[in-house]
Amino acid sequence: MKATVTVMLKQGVLDPQGEAVRHALGTLGFEGVDGVRQGKVIELDLAEGTSEADVTSMCEKLLVNTVIESYRVEMG
Amino acid sequence: MRAAVVTFPGSNCDRDLAVAFEAAGFAVDRVWHKVTELPSGVDIVGLPGGFSHGDYLRCGAIAARAPIMKSVAEFAQSGGHVLGICNGFQVLLETGLLPGALMRNAGLKFLCKPVTLKVENADSAFTSEYAVGNETIFPIAHHDGNFTADAATLDQLEAEGRVAFRYAENPNGSARDIAGILSENRRVLGLMPHPERAIDPVTGNTDGAAMFKALSVSLVAA
Repeated sequence: MKATVTVMLKQGVLDPQGEAVRHALGTLGFEGVDGVRQGKVIELDLAEGTSEADVTSMCEKLLVNTVIESYRVEMG
Repeated sequence: MRAAVVTFPGSNCDRDLAVAFEAAGFAVDRVWHKVTELPSGVDIVGLPGGFSHGDYLRCGAIAARAPIMKSVAEFAQSGGHVLGICNGFQVLLETGLLPGALMRNAGLKFLCKPVTLKVENADSAFTSEYAVGNETIFPIAHHDGNFTADAATLDQLEAEGRVAFRYAENPNGSARDIAGILSENRRVLGLMPHPERAIDPVTGNTDGAAMFKALSVSLVAA
């Protein structure tokens, strides 16, 4: 089974990389890009029967820095 | 006086940190990250700069979960002194021994240059040889030194006098120009600039030597 963890900077935390990407899009002529937030996706290959609670625990203990990041877990 | 300097895969200031402790009179134990116990009789633990585990996941994140770190955390929680410099500061934040986080520099560039710091707290074993309000110059060398914490945490750090150093000119976007912070008991210091790279006249600057001298004076008396 698989789980997908999406990690994003929390709302309100400035994202300098996203801002740089937004500028670059403007340079390329893409208009109307008001904001870019950059995060990461972590795919986990898991033994059958691994619970969402287990994945949440992985997020809290290592995968996510909850001081600055929020996350979303999708099972399957 | 004994200092332990931890080496993670990718640490690159561990030798410099050991030399700085030795120059101040410490005997130094070099400790590999896979060891589970700190040597007995250690007075201070140093977490060095570098790029532990290639900065994978987040800077310091994997090193913070290394086998040695449980012993380092217990040492700190029982009142031991811990000095985390650059990547070592990132590791301290990832372990939760200090509050906040370090993000990518606001200008997105890797910064490697001397910076002027303002001393904000001279009432710790690390800073007692400095004077509040004085300026001191340490080198910085980092890509992720942009200190971030929520407003309540920043207010608390300021109210409790736990900001040790501030940048005179903010190079990386750090909240409130913060370059280094202390734990509540003032026995854990994390900072991005490198005092251990400023201890020898041959490198042109000895402003960092006072930190190691202060530690030798404080810890010999302890």
